[in-house]
Amino acid sequence: MIPWFSIVALALFAIGLYWSFFRTPEILSEQKQYYKVIFIHVPAVWMGMWLYFIMVVWAAIGLIFNTRLSFMMASAIAPTGALFTFLGLLTGAIWGKTSWGTWWDWDPRMTSFLILLFLYIGYMALQSAIDDTRRSDRASALLLIVGLALIPVIYWSVNCPDPMQCTALHQRSGLGKIEGNILFAMLTMTLACWLYAFVVIFMRLRNIILERERNTEWVYKLPELNQ
Amino acid sequence: MLKVFITIVKRDLLLALRRRSDVLTTLFFFIIVISLFPLGIGAEKNTLRHIAPGVAWIAALLASMLALERLFENDHADGTLEQMLIAPQPLSIIVMGKIFTHWLLTGLPIVLIAPLVGLQYYLPSDAVIAMTLSLLLGTPVLSLIGAIGAALTLGLRGGGILLSLLILPLYIPVLVYGSGAVTASMMVDAPVQPYFMLLGAFVVLALVFAPWATAAALRISSE
Repeated sequence: MIPWFSIVALALFAIGLYWSFFRTPEILSEQKQYYKVIFIHVPAVWMGMWLYFIMVVWAAIGLIFNTRLSFMMASAIAPTGALFTFLGLLTGAIWGKTSWGTWWDWDPRMTSFLILLFLYIGYMALQSAIDDTRRSDRASALLLIVGLALIPVIYWSVNCPDPMQCTALHQRSGLGKIEGNILFAMLTMTLACWLYAFVVIFMRLRNIILERERNTEWVYKLPELNQ
Repeated sequence: MLKVFITIVKRDLLLALRRRSDVLTTLFFFIIVISLFPLGIGAEKNTLRHIAPGVAWIAALLASMLALERLFENDHADGTLEQMLIAPQPLSIIVMGKIFTHWLLTGLPIVLIAPLVGLQYYLPSDAVIAMTLSLLLGTPVLSLIGAIGAALTLGLRGGGILLSLLILPLYIPVLVYGSGAVTASMMVDAPVQPYFMLLGAFVVLALVFAPWATAAALRISSE
């Protein structure tokens, strides 16, 4: 599956990038051609958020059913999720500099996204700090679930620090209002990012499984390792 | 169940009384951090008034976090924690007792010394009252949420720093509304009540969920 997905991911990336950079309007507003960074920014942000939820699902499954593979899945997703979150913040800064004139602004959505990055890093830190695999899996899973429970609270608190009035730089806009050309490019990039995520996560998962099960017989007898 | 709670509280208070320095170190850390900011930023009155809510709250956050390691450390070291885990009484009640004493020893002194902050930062009396009240509502939440982190990082090498990394993102709502309450009290026509209601909601929510999550984390950490 991995080779297929990686070929498709590469193809989609190629199409998406080509489309977004050459086939969409050159100048959309005063931002000139810099607005095109949004084709990386939006998919990256979506991925960052969705991957966190998926991680939490796997962590919950692991805690409830006591399966080891779900914990391995959760820990495989974490670095990719953190990377996408970081990319989202970075491209968001570029977007902000070219459209609003500032690299960073304590905008509610931006700040909540930064906190999401902290949650990812906290998870990875806790996992690497505990030697015993079983305990580290379960502890990090619990941390993820506590983080999930608090994300709405954090989001609302950052969104509305003054309960009387709330302001935000990100405007509300629906998907239907985007011009067809741009929408196609954005969706292509999103799909490409999803496939990239699949590829990377499964490769990492493979490594994690081999690493954890290295003392078992089936790993010992693997053809790849007996060359 | 109340008997269990009271027994745990009495025991922890007795243990803490034998080592009084623990209480004072947290308190003095808070005072020192509060005093450092005017030295670092400059002692201009209006600046200080502006930054006072944030500074006081962040100092309370840090002081509370540093004290969290001691929550389960001693019991974990001498095996009492395992006895608590296998006791027939519900672990959540035991945990709640420990968190309550911890708050009494670390959070409550901070609340009582809040007027000192008002003095050093030239806060009007309204703001001092708001600060004391917001700290009174906020420090229990800090202790409760921090206990989850303390239970997760029980006995680890990385210890305090790892705990801070895990817990600080979770503290952010309390920080935002706590310091927001004090800032609002200093503005002429901003209502302060919504902030306190939100802080109260946090206390109630944390009281319900945190002991249970802490108990789960303790079981995970002690396998």
